[in-house]
Amino acid sequence: MPTALQISDLRVTLGGTEILTGINAEIQAGEFVGIFGPNGAGKTTLVRAILGTLRPVSGSIQIFGLPPGLGSHQIGYMPQERTGLDLTALSARAMIAAVCQGERWGVPWSSAEIRKEVDGVLQLTGAAAQADRPFSVLSGGERQRVMLAQALLSNPKILVLDEPLASLDPRNQALLIESVAEVRRLTKTTVLFVAHDMNPLMHVMDRVLYMAWGGAILGPLDQVVNSESLSQLYGFPIEVVRAGERIFVVSKEGNVTECAHHD
Amino acid sequence: MIDFLTTYLGYEFVRNALIAGTLAAILGAIVGYFVVVRNVAFAAHALSHIGFTGAAAAALLGLNPLQGILFFTVGAGVCMGVSGDKLHRSDMAIGMVLSMALGLGVLFLSLYHGFAGQTSAILFGDIFGVSEGQVVEMSVLSLLSLGALALFSRRLLFASLQPRLAEARGLSLMSLSIAFMVVLAVSVSLASQVVGILLVFTLVIAPAGIAARICRTFWSGLGTSILLGVVVVWAGILLACLTNQPPSFWITALFFVLYLVVEGWCRLRTRQA
Repeated sequence: MPTALQISDLRVTLGGTEILTGINAEIQAGEFVGIFGPNGAGKTTLVRAILGTLRPVSGSIQIFGLPPGLGSHQIGYMPQERTGLDLTALSARAMIAAVCQGERWGVPWSSAEIRKEVDGVLQLTGAAAQADRPFSVLSGGERQRVMLAQALLSNPKILVLDEPLASLDPRNQALLIESVAEVRRLTKTTVLFVAHDMNPLMHVMDRVLYMAWGGAILGPLDQVVNSESLSQLYGFPIEVVRAGERIFVVSKEGNVTECAHHD
Repeated sequence: MIDFLTTYLGYEFVRNALIAGTLAAILGAIVGYFVVVRNVAFAAHALSHIGFTGAAAAALLGLNPLQGILFFTVGAGVCMGVSGDKLHRSDMAIGMVLSMALGLGVLFLSLYHGFAGQTSAILFGDIFGVSEGQVVEMSVLSLLSLGALALFSRRLLFASLQPRLAEARGLSLMSLSIAFMVVLAVSVSLASQVVGILLVFTLVIAPAGIAARICRTFWSGLGTSILLGVVVVWAGILLACLTNQPPSFWITALFFVLYLVVEGWCRLRTRQA
């Protein structure tokens, strides 16, 4: 199995503050990796470094052996930020068509080839039925499905999903995770899934990348999410509580993932 | 009616008004569509008012007003463009620069002791005063702007709808934003010849805003926007001929009625759905 993503001693500084303080991770092609940690842990910074929109101070990232930027066409990306389409009736299909080969020069004309590709990704995520309605009237779950479809354009080998579950209700969270799992089964793509809560992802992910204070540990769930290794990562006592199949990361003051959630 | 039309079309100033109005409407409609999807209406508004400073400076220095307007709006457009995809969040900075520019404009006007009627022409537009030379000037600038847009509109639409993604695919949000703001500055300057600086906003925002509210694809939105712009500008000019009231009034009034109708229809439909 080839290495999809190789991160070596990655350090990133933003506005004079060191956000990532030496991340090491090696992710195999086809793996489903959940990326967790409290707000400010550097999850989005790591995503941006992988995409090549943030330059590291030192260390390196290789995407199938290529540096970010050169390797970025291998990556399908679902951003956290919402688009400002609330005042327009632009359809989900029109939005994805604009993204498809959007980096080319010329006018935004959708060739037959582009229309076919847009159709394909919409089918793949089950968003086709909603695709001709205005994006602005879609529900949160429908929008995320469209955004997932858009991330699948040009057949990426790595799918980077930045907090796709934020602002979804539990039912839509489960549906979206199901779609991602289905896409992965069909396309064999590598998945990097950033989330706050690991519980909804337990049955689909292979390994966990847990981030805190600019550091990270990568490994199987049991090895990473236990009191000992997380206490070491956080630098203060952390307790991992298991209740049946559920898992909770708590500090003395309260639930770490929960109290970091309000943003 | 036909007699009326042929009589008025016989006048050169009416023909020039229709040509200038058409050019400004088409350019405004196309550029306006991107203003709407990029959410930079306030920046467009500010640009047109900064044009007032340019026009006042031109009057003071004895230059052609369009040159003065272009100089100031393009300069301001480049400065605004530097903030890339964050322009719609820079209301405070734009507002400060806008008030400074207006203050300068007032200073220039007080230093200029010319005919006061010219001030009103700068602010409210004088489409019946457009000369043949200005029509040629406007045609060249429109072609240049549309040519530039034809070159980079695909990238611009992508970056406007999904900035983070465009950045990840190696597009420079800042250069796209600067290029767009320059094109916007040129079209705002052209439109100010037709409806005046105070009402430029109408030609850039109204047709595109209405079209974007009802059209589900980029091309249908653009087509509807152009159609609305051209039809309303023509109707406004002809109504002005008929009633002797200013064309700017008719153009803005027609757009406002259209906006009310479309907005009402959209709301009614959402309520039903």
